[in-house]
Amino acid sequence: MALSEFIRGSQVWKSIFRHPAPRDRRNRVVVMLTNVFLHLHPVSVRKSGIALSYTWCMGGITFFLFLVETITGVLLMFYYRPTLEHAYNDILSLRDVATLGILRELHRWGAHAMVISIWLHMYRVFLTGSYKPPREFNWGVGVILLVLTLLLSFTGYLLPWDQLAIWAITVGSNMARATPLLGYEGPGAKLLQIGGVELIHSGSDARFLLLGGRFVGETALLRFYVLHCVAIPLAVALLIAVHFWRVRKDGGISGAL
Amino acid sequence: MEYESHHLSAAMQTGLGVYFFLVALMNAAFAHYCYRQRQDPVQSAIWLGVALLFAVHGVAFITHMDLVMPEAIKELVNDVMNPVSYFVIAVLGLVAFLVWRRFFTDPIVAWTILQVGLLFSGWSMTDYTFQQIITKPDNVPIVMLIFSVGFFTWLPMRQAIINDDRLARGEPPLEKLEEDKVLVWPDLVYTELICMVICTFALIVWAITLKAPLEQPASSSRIPNPSKAPWYFLGLQEMLVYFDPWMAGVVLPTFIIIGLIAIPYIDFNVKGNGYYTFVERKFAVSTFLFGFVVLWVVLIVLGTFLRGPNWNFFGPFEPWDPHKSVPLNNVNLSDYFWLYLLGDAIEGKGWLAREAPGIILILVYLLGLPPLLAKTIMRSYFIRMGFIRFFILVTLIQFMALLPIKMVLRWTINLKYIVFIPEYFFNI
Repeated sequence: MALSEFIRGSQVWKSIFRHPAPRDRRNRVVVMLTNVFLHLHPVSVRKSGIALSYTWCMGGITFFLFLVETITGVLLMFYYRPTLEHAYNDILSLRDVATLGILRELHRWGAHAMVISIWLHMYRVFLTGSYKPPREFNWGVGVILLVLTLLLSFTGYLLPWDQLAIWAITVGSNMARATPLLGYEGPGAKLLQIGGVELIHSGSDARFLLLGGRFVGETALLRFYVLHCVAIPLAVALLIAVHFWRVRKDGGISGAL
Repeated sequence: MEYESHHLSAAMQTGLGVYFFLVALMNAAFAHYCYRQRQDPVQSAIWLGVALLFAVHGVAFITHMDLVMPEAIKELVNDVMNPVSYFVIAVLGLVAFLVWRRFFTDPIVAWTILQVGLLFSGWSMTDYTFQQIITKPDNVPIVMLIFSVGFFTWLPMRQAIINDDRLARGEPPLEKLEEDKVLVWPDLVYTELICMVICTFALIVWAITLKAPLEQPASSSRIPNPSKAPWYFLGLQEMLVYFDPWMAGVVLPTFIIIGLIAIPYIDFNVKGNGYYTFVERKFAVSTFLFGFVVLWVVLIVLGTFLRGPNWNFFGPFEPWDPHKSVPLNNVNLSDYFWLYLLGDAIEGKGWLAREAPGIILILVYLLGLPPLLAKTIMRSYFIRMGFIRFFILVTLIQFMALLPIKMVLRWTINLKYIVFIPEYFFNI
């Protein structure tokens, strides 16, 4: 008996894969229904819907890059400490001494690629008119996912704690202090006062909320770290689930209706 | 001005040599495609000639002949380029692309444009300044962005033209021809697997060849000039030239997000669902292309490559001189109105009286224009969309148009603010 047949006939194998290999039509259908990862897909799709020149694969690539970012990100978290004392040196050692320090390159370039691929995904969905009924809601979910992707990248930008990081975040977060009503240099903020005491000042405005201080310092580093590693990824994961679910429920992957 | 002479490093010359050889190979492949697929020996011969030209470049650079781009060309490009010409060229380019889309999406024309771009990019890399900016690690994605957006603008428009021709003949779009279903295993699952392998491979190669940037440790006292946001926000940072932070950094981005989400609810056109078309969705596609390609991508490229110290504009081959001075003589609308038009003193007026002209102008723009449009050129839209949808559509487009309007006002009459109420940080 050949080894492969022995393995496929064993109780262990059969307990994992409960049906024969997907070589005939029946088992190609069954495999999609019995595997938790594959069952994100339908059993069959329109041929035109999966043509490369039509879909560009950009949504799939974005999801793939999200997984790459999650895996490399978790591994990087073993090395990196988000404090003023350690942050920069940890990145330095990733570059110079740590085995597999290339994880940081994979993480950073993957993040840049993800920003581009999600834009191109939106571009394709728009140009094929795939946001039209019945997919209006899922387009909106996609827009939120796009914004969250940019915020993921933005919060991660601070973590190396070098000149590039701190000043890019300073420029970006300075916008928050101009928020109408809620930023201390925003229009209307001066109107919010009780008995002459201003409610919105540099220690209580939107920028302070974002940074945990009046400038980009240690509290900002901690906030961005938590947002980057926990809060935003959880929100993204949740919305990806909604996004994929609605792709299936709103008529399947796009194609001529 | 004098350019410092920087000799090309040996590694850069070898790299460019390899680059030109790769482009030569691309053209040889294209010549083969012209011969085999298009049965066009003349075109094939032309592209073989182009391949040869690039191969000669490759030899010249690999043997370190110290070739550099002629100064005259660099100075010409630098002189022609400024914020106005750059943006106007981009807008005219988009209009030309849409009007003569049949010409521009022809594979031979598109290929020619790409080759001219690659030739120019290769030669540009011999310039020290250009090289320094392009090869900054975080700027590499923008080079990818330029080429991928170019390609992914050409590809759908080409398919749209084919579909539009079919629709005009009363045939269904190409996408409808393959209505039959295929099993996800193996057709889609294997595509995904191959795609993942290619992406993994590309990402690993990228990670090995290019180090992630790490500059000096963060210091709150040494402020770099220019200070730039991450590259994907540089379009927004560019808006700071024309608007205060509350508009450029908060209000307009919020409108971008709301506007994107609103698209499916204001686009009442039932045609063009699930296939590429231009004719059936002229307004929607043109507006989106203007928003995404011109106002987003083109401004990111501007902010990344052409904005230097003090956010001044620098041509692609112009060294970033931190002492470059650009005269700022911008004037507020209230000055124009009271001082120049009426010859009246502006001091002593309360902010409401002083800024009344600007406030009225903004109110007329935001509240007066929609009904006017509904009665005149957009009457058919108004009838089909109803009051609420129409009002939202026009408001969104008005906010999108604020940027180009402010740009033109700045370039033509040096207008600084339409409304200027520093008392409440309310400047538009």
